[in-house]
Formats: sequence, structure tokens, C-alpha cells
Amino acid sequence: MKKWMAMAVALALGASAGAAQAADKLKACWIYVGPVGDFGYSYQHDQGRKAVEKALGDKVETAFLENVAEGPDAERAIERFAREGCKIIFTTSFGFMDPTIKVAAKYPDVKFEHATGYKKADNVSIYNARFYEGRYVMGQIAAKMSKTGTAGYIVSFPIPEVVMGINAFMLGAQSVNPDFKVKIIWVNSWYDPGKEADAAKVLLGQGADILVQHTDSTAALQVAEEQGKLGFGQSSDMIKFAPKAQLSANTDDWDPYYVARVQAVLDGTWKSEDTWGGMKDGMVVLAPFTNMPDDVKKMAEDSVAKIKSGELQPFMGPITKQDGTVVGEAGKPLPDGELLGMNYYIKGVDDKLPQ
Amino acid sequence: MNDQLLSVILTIITAATPLLLAAIGELVVERSGVLNLGVEGMMAVGAVSGFGAALMTGNPYVGVLAALVAGAALSLLFGFLTLTMVSNQVATGLALALLGLGISGLMGESFVGQPGVHLERLHIPGLSEIPILGPILFGQDFLVYLSLAIIALVSFVLFRTKAGLIIRAVGDSHQSAHALGYSVIGVRYLCVMFGGACSGLAGGYLSLAYTPQWVENMTAGRGWIALALVVFSSWLPWRILAGAYLFGTITVMGFSLQAYGIGIPSQLLSSLPYVVTILVLVLISRNRALMRANTPACLGQPFVPDR
Repeated sequence: MKKWMAMAVALALGASAGAAQAADKLKACWIYVGPVGDFGYSYQHDQGRKAVEKALGDKVETAFLENVAEGPDAERAIERFAREGCKIIFTTSFGFMDPTIKVAAKYPDVKFEHATGYKKADNVSIYNARFYEGRYVMGQIAAKMSKTGTAGYIVSFPIPEVVMGINAFMLGAQSVNPDFKVKIIWVNSWYDPGKEADAAKVLLGQGADILVQHTDSTAALQVAEEQGKLGFGQSSDMIKFAPKAQLSANTDDWDPYYVARVQAVLDGTWKSEDTWGGMKDGMVVLAPFTNMPDDVKKMAEDSVAKIKSGELQPFMGPITKQDGTVVGEAGKPLPDGELLGMNYYIKGVDDKLPQ
Repeated sequence: MNDQLLSVILTIITAATPLLLAAIGELVVERSGVLNLGVEGMMAVGAVSGFGAALMTGNPYVGVLAALVAGAALSLLFGFLTLTMVSNQVATGLALALLGLGISGLMGESFVGQPGVHLERLHIPGLSEIPILGPILFGQDFLVYLSLAIIALVSFVLFRTKAGLIIRAVGDSHQSAHALGYSVIGVRYLCVMFGGACSGLAGGYLSLAYTPQWVENMTAGRGWIALALVVFSSWLPWRILAGAYLFGTITVMGFSLQAYGIGIPSQLLSSLPYVVTILVLVLISRNRALMRANTPACLGQPFVPDR
């Protein structure tokens, strides 16, 4: 018994010594909505965390909490991190917005970074990625590669981010083939591999020969592979799951952003900012173009280069909505505010948007 | 048109099979008077074990076996707690569901992002090539046939053999079964393990055949649907078959209607499988005599032999 006590004391001392040593390191912390093992959204954020560890080495110490539910739980999780001495906390899902703002008000010395939201504060930055840029190029590729002229699109929930993606994809496709068609299935889940696979099979059965998804698993792409059809990966490069089917993948790359922001805290130059980065900033990266002929590959590479230089704007006005009305001024891209609140389809999408 | 019909039917079969496997296992458990709510957890552990074993050996059938053993092993823990230690079955079952999801995440950490081993569909030259019927009857993977065989077997054993009579007696009146000299706890242990093995197989079907990959929470609530199907079936094996295929059919039909661009709100279509299942449940429960005859009277009640 005494031995155990002595060991416990030694352990406790060791732990506190460890903490003291760590005090001169900067502690950076992450909160994820999903499991880091989803091989999708949360996985990519965690890759960013690992990149910070790698780039800044022993100057930083990182920590994360996964599977944090959006809501009151999130507030407790964020506050726990703030109390534990995290100097910068990344909250990586839309639903963490209000809890982040609340906790940030209590801990003015801690820097907060919230992804995909719109509320800022002196110590809260917001950041997001222009995923639609990748989807525009995917639309172009799909229109070139499809034999039936129809893509199948598997989607989660009708939020602006997703609707924006469908529209960008169709604008890209229409720039190649004005009659291009898309069949859409809402599975009402971000993450249910089985349902995604079912939807994929139904879409292929109804004549689509290219699959696009705005859900998180690799299931749809695997179905495409099995049936000898084509598709695009989502969030992560999924080429290992579909070596013969994946044309490209719209991947999130948070690494450079996270490294830069943590570095800014180390340098004392951190300011509250609003970042909506795209291909130009390296936040949206299309995985290597595979399983397509050279001319299609060249077209895709050109488009990427033009989007990076700003020459090509996916949402260039005027844009005709599904109901025939027109938004945007000729020759000017739609303003960001319009994109972030997008709740309508463009002309040519043959589906009714769930309200 | 034929191709479309075929693709829909094949999709329905894959959607129904995991539900079928998990539900028929749970039916046997409940027939013996035990309520194990941990199906979701056992499925998850079955899925990750099956995936891992198949990946390491390169053989999907080893994966299937591993899924079965893992599910049964986890259910043994449940059996020990509820049967030997006489803990509350509902609470223990819920804990098991959470525990299983957690363990599976931990076990599967290194499997994430790895393409798995695919359980191949059967191909019988000649037979599998018959239009429509060929791929449906002779072109499935072997777990589909196994799931149907298990239904037939369970139905036969429960209602046509002495073993089945004992299981039902234990579930309906454990005191009487005990008085007659049957080992209530022993029978229940076996049934619980059978249920665990079936749940494990259901999980293995997910990670080896349905969507050959491992990701956390890939069961996505199918264990809970399986539990509902057992009640839906009023504890009759063949009705499990009907229920699972009905559920699968409505899910897949919902997607088909959406892709056709028929303007029914997708939220409504997504909820339809649940709505219809509840509706059928209500209709069936109206037949009180049948319900009373088949509901295991000792369901969820602990048994402590007095001597």
C-alpha cells in the first residue's frame, strides 16, 4: 500500500514538473465535431494540427477534443481548454460559433479561431475555405468525361455551403456542355456510409455515370469503382479507395493556415481576422487529376491556374436562377455575402431545393 | 428499365442484410427473456474486427469469422454482467452500445483511410448471367445467403425442435423452466452469444461487403433499427425478413424518387422508412392475442435461482 502511495506521489510530482516545463511552450488546441478517424472533414483539420506540430516543433504543444457535440457541451469543452492554458483554440465547426464567442469574452488573453462561422470579436478570428472553386473545375471535368451527360450528386443538408457547391459544379459543367444534367439525392446526413452507397447505386442505375458528393465518406466512390464508373473524392484524397474511378478530389488543406496562425501568436502579431481562402491561398487543393485523357487534364489545370490568378471567377454575374430571375451585375463576381447566403439553384438544375 | 429495376433490387438486398442479421440475433436473445440493447456497439466492434482481420490476412472470410467472434465476445461481457452479476439489462445494454462504439474507434485508429478487402459476390457461370433473376438469385455475396439461412434455421429451431421449446420456456417463465431442471442462465448465455455473433456478422457485412472500409460510427444507427425490427416482427423470425426488406425498400425507393426529380421533400422521404415501420408496428400490435402469444413474458426480468 505504502509503495503504491509513494508511486502515486512520484507520478503526481512528475506530472506537475512536466507541466512546468511545458509552460514555456505555446499550447494550441483544437475542437472537432466528428471523430478524427472519419477520413474526411475532422480528419483534415487534425492533419493541420499535426502539421503545426511538425513545422513548429518544440515551440508548441497541441491538444484536441474530438466528437464534441454542437451546443452546451461545446461551451464546456472550449472553456476547459481555455482554463488549461491553451493560448490559441481552433473551433472547427459551424455550430461552435456562439459557444466560442461566449467563452472568448471570458478569456480575453486567449486567441480563438472559429471555422465556417460569421461572428468575430477582438480575440476571435473566423476562417473558411472557398470549396466552390474546386467544384467548378470538377463540373468542367465531369461534363468532358461523362458519356451520358448526367452526373449524380449526393448531398447532406440544404445549407448555403452545399447549395453553393451544386451551383458552382453546374456552372462549370455548363461552361463545357450547356445541356449537362445533374441528378441530386439528399441523404440528410453528413456521414452514413451505407446510405451514401445506396444513393450512389440508385444514381448510377438511373443513368448518371459520374458521382459527386458533399457527404464525408468514401462509400460513393467505392461504388463507382466497383461499377466501372467515375467520381470525385471529398475532403480527403480518396484515390486509394478508387484507383480507377477517382478523377480528382476537392480537399481541404488547413496546414498552411494553422501554421501561420500559431506562428503569429508566437511572434505576437496575431490579429482578429476574417479569412476566406481559396485555391490561391492553398486552402482548397484539387487532388491530382487521374483517369482522364491529357486534353481534359490540361483544361482542368488551366482552370485551376486561372482561378488562382483571379482571371476565372466561378460565380461571375449575371447568373440566372432556376426560376428565371437574374442575380449579380454583368462582368462582376457575386459578392461574398450573396454566396454565403445562397438558397437557390441556378438554371439547369433539375431538382427542387428542400426548404 | 430492366437495368434500373435490377440495380434497385440489388441495392435493397444490401441495405436489408445487415438489419436482418442483427435483428434475427436479437430475436433469439429476446426469446430467451433477455433484452440486450447493445446491438449497435456489438455491430461496431464486429465491423472493425472483420475489417482488421481481413486486411491483415487478405482474406475476407477470415474477416467474417473475426467479426462473428468479436461480436460474441462482447456479448459474453454483457452476459456476465446481466446474467451472473444480475445487473440491470437496460442500463447494461445501453452502456454496451456506447462501449462498443468507443472500443471500435480505438481499435480502428490505424485502419482509417485504408482500402479494405472486398467480400466478392458469387459468380456461377451460366446461372448468374440469366437476366434479372441471375444476379439476384445467384450473384450475391455469401453473407446474404447466410442471413436467409439463419432466418430459416432460427424459425425451425424455435418452433420445431425441443431446443426451441426450451428457449421459449426460459423466456416465458424462467421459474417453471428452472423447476423443470433446465439451466435458465446457461440457455440465456448461449442465446446472448448467438445474438452477439449475429450482430458481429452484421457489422462485418458493413465493413466487408456493403461499404468495404472502416470509419468510426459507420454503423450509423443500424443497431437501433434492428432492435425496433424485433418488436415489429412480434418476435416471429419470418417477419424479421419482411421488416428488414420493407425498411430497405422504402429507403432505396425514397432515393429513387428523389433522383427522378419528383418533387417530394427529401426530409419526408428520409423519414418514411421509420414512419412506415411504426405504422406497421401499430397495426400488428392491434392483434392482441397474437402479441400476447409471442411476447416473451420474462423479457428483461433478471433471474436468480433460489437454489
